[in-house]
Amino acid sequence: MPDLNMGEYGAYVWPAWGVSALVMAALVWSVLSKARKAKRALDQAEGRDPS
Amino acid sequence: MFGLANPQRFMSATRRLPAVLGVAAGLLLAAGVWLGFTAPEDYQQGDTVRIMFVHVPASWLSLAVYAAMGGASFFALVFRHPLADAAARAAAPIGAAFTALALITGSLWGRPMWGTWWEWDARLTSVLVLFLFYLGYMALRASIDDEQKAGRAAAVLALAGLINLPIVKFSVDWWNTLHQPASVFRADGPAMTADILTPLLVMGVAYTVFFAALWVTAIRAEVNQRRANALALRAAGGA
Repeated sequence: MPDLNMGEYGAYVWPAWGVSALVMAALVWSVLSKARKAKRALDQAEGRDPS
Repeated sequence: MFGLANPQRFMSATRRLPAVLGVAAGLLLAAGVWLGFTAPEDYQQGDTVRIMFVHVPASWLSLAVYAAMGGASFFALVFRHPLADAAARAAAPIGAAFTALALITGSLWGRPMWGTWWEWDARLTSVLVLFLFYLGYMALRASIDDEQKAGRAAAVLALAGLINLPIVKFSVDWWNTLHQPASVFRADGPAMTADILTPLLVMGVAYTVFFAALWVTAIRAEVNQRRANALALRAAGGA
């Protein structure tokens, strides 16, 4: 089973994992929203209905 | 391979790739998290060794992404290839994020192990310089309106920054630093036991696949955006 008790080091281990998860989630959100925006722009430029 | 350098062929060949890579990255990350928290604590570092499972892959990717950006910039500059320029541009923010993660998680590991959040030693400073190269690349691209000129200027900066990669890698051998020397990729094998090495390698592969999924998606977005801009410009010119 996972050992989640970090003892005296919890103040360093959890923020390290937390910030990694946050930054990676932000990367996914940023790249996907840029991809959606570009697809909408292309659909509009080609005269297709972006919806 | 070179057939993929054609943007249209690239778009059709990579249509399903982001989803496949994304699922693979999710599964690998889940396995890495499980292995990372079931691994035994280190006899010297205690539970702080678990920071290694997020710090070291982020550090590997900070270098690998810059190398990819530099390689793409070379092709963009020498062969004026638009897909290579799109690839370099798409890699920059992802590489900057991994480098920021390497710096932040390294600082969180350094405090309990070295007794300090930051030290101006060769490894830490050269990684900070790497981060500044990423920021400089993005700032330069954003500051020039002409897309082609911006791409060329940024490519020159990216190529100049390649010199920093061996400095980061070998800084722990060339200078006395607080940072430990390489402990995985060594001539005489990894300096850690399998129960620590396995989660580290799984996380390393997971971060790499995660980057690949994001990079392909970002390149595809860049190609779509450029095509949309070109069509809009043509429509405005014809109006």
